[in-house]
Amino acid sequence: MSPRGLMPMLILLAALALVPAFGSNTSINFLVSALIVALAAQGWNLLGGFCGQFSFGHAAFFGTGAYVDAVLQARYGVNAWAASAVAIAAGAGVGWLIGFLSFRAGLRGSYFALITLAFAEVLRISANAAPITGGATGLLLKLDARAANFQFASRGVFCLIALTCVALVLALSVWIARGRLGAQFAAVRENEDAARALGIDVLATKLRAISLSAAVTAAAGCLYTQYFLYLDANIAYGSWISVEALLAVIVGGISTPAGPIFGALALHALGEVTRLIARGVTGIDLVLFGLILIAAIAFAPTGLAGLASRLRRALG
Amino acid sequence: MSLLRVDAVTRRFGGVVAVDGASLNVPKGTITGLIGPNGAGKTTLFAIISGFVTPSAGRVVWKDADITSMKPHQRARQCISRTFQIVQPFAGLTVLENIAIGAYLRHADRSEAMRLAADVAKRVGLAAQGGQQASALTVAGRKRLELARALATEPELLLLDEVLAGLNPSEIRDIIPLIRAIRDDGVTILMIEHVMQAVTNLCEQVTVLAQGRVIASGAPRQICTDPAVVEAYLGRGAAARMQAHA
Ligand SMILES: Nc1ncnc2c1ncn2[C@@H]1O[C@H](COP(=O)(O)OP(=O)(O)OP(=O)(O)O)[C@@H](O)[C@H]1O
Ligand SMILES: [Mg+2]
Repeated sequence: MSPRGLMPMLILLAALALVPAFGSNTSINFLVSALIVALAAQGWNLLGGFCGQFSFGHAAFFGTGAYVDAVLQARYGVNAWAASAVAIAAGAGVGWLIGFLSFRAGLRGSYFALITLAFAEVLRISANAAPITGGATGLLLKLDARAANFQFASRGVFCLIALTCVALVLALSVWIARGRLGAQFAAVRENEDAARALGIDVLATKLRAISLSAAVTAAAGCLYTQYFLYLDANIAYGSWISVEALLAVIVGGISTPAGPIFGALALHALGEVTRLIARGVTGIDLVLFGLILIAAIAFAPTGLAGLASRLRRALG
Repeated sequence: MSLLRVDAVTRRFGGVVAVDGASLNVPKGTITGLIGPNGAGKTTLFAIISGFVTPSAGRVVWKDADITSMKPHQRARQCISRTFQIVQPFAGLTVLENIAIGAYLRHADRSEAMRLAADVAKRVGLAAQGGQQASALTVAGRKRLELARALATEPELLLLDEVLAGLNPSEIRDIIPLIRAIRDDGVTILMIEHVMQAVTNLCEQVTVLAQGRVIASGAPRQICTDPAVVEAYLGRGAAARMQAHA
């Protein structure tokens, strides 16, 4: 992606950075939630968009990030920043392991997608039963709003941190897309045999993609833990995050570095609006998400990013 | 000196013996032809040489080292590069991006890889299409792209699987000097080809495969008149009939 193509994204990020200064608590809450999903979606995009391996189970990485961060603090008194670092590494490790087991067995396409879903479900059920995660009652972190604890009295500061994470991963994605690693990801996505013939180790490349992807999504889990200070298995390993991460990318524009951010913001805005309009109808936002997914695949297979560039071309 | 040696290689697919004890020698710096009727096992032999198919028996020797169990990507790194008879473009990428993926094998730096890709594109006559999606190329364009990508990995041995098939005579006339120029740059070439004009024009030596077996090998002129070869192509007794005719 050219630096010029990124301009709208950079302007948007700069505008979002103003929200904490002027916005209400509600709008900051909204933005933080959207940014957490955006980060998870950016992670999904590294594997699904760049490398062509669609996962239905990114909750496995989000939840691992969230739980490792929370458990290390609550049970072992580890500092929050250190816990987050370990949690991201743990996420990457889980990603590598799931990748190793499924890619080495040659799973592709819908088989890979289903196996990731299965892994996430196994983790969810285990977390729901295991004592260390607090089981079904969940895990509450002590409120102690100090920067040293990765907790902030002001929501705005946290919002800026989330925004910084998203911006950093955006930079990372652009850097990958422009370099050799991105080319290898794309080659594996487009044609594995051709990639092999050109000296690309397909398994190693996929493992790189899934580890990186999982690390980023685990970071989103850490942000969740640090912001809400409460976790249970359905939040951490629930399919909601798998669905939203995937949907944000498909709506926003697959394999473009900025797509997931557009998508997550658009989806969240839409979800909020419908919840407001159809108050009391539980699950209405999920119904809507389903419809959006169908519409996106049918009418805008390149997502909002693709729609935007098509519009630009149409308008000259 | 022989760069590549294939030693009594056999490959079965279920009941079919695709390659049957075939041996082959490719001397450094030559263009060697591999010909034979449809289904003779030529592509399978290429797949064995490039590591995509493991032989049921026999060895592949590269620069005196046994590489029979080496993976395809490792062989590519060892400077063995193949094209595919059924073209395998990265359909969603542009022509230049396709070639750059080959170039990235030996150049980590983006600008270097892109520069090499542009050079190779120019060389094979794809410069004008550099920005096009690979899926938008014509058959001839795709064949050139196969060649370009393989070339961009800077191989020592280039395996060309029917890169002239589907091209019209004038396109073939364009590509023949290119293949010769690649050899003159020091790249050894092993090519599967049905276009006999190209084989006699380019190859110093030819190996003929029929039903998985090597039935002849030698200079192209010699091969064309070899009765075993004529019969493999035209059926039993054909050589005798031709003799009688002449
Ligand atoms: N993967 C496979 N599974 C089963 N049979 C195969 C496989 N690959 C090749 N064969 C069989 O092996 C034989 C040799 O096929 P191959 O493609 O190597 O021939 P070829 O000489 O390249 O023919 P052509 O000139 O038509 O390209 C054929 O009978 C083919 O059907
Ligand atoms: Mg063939």
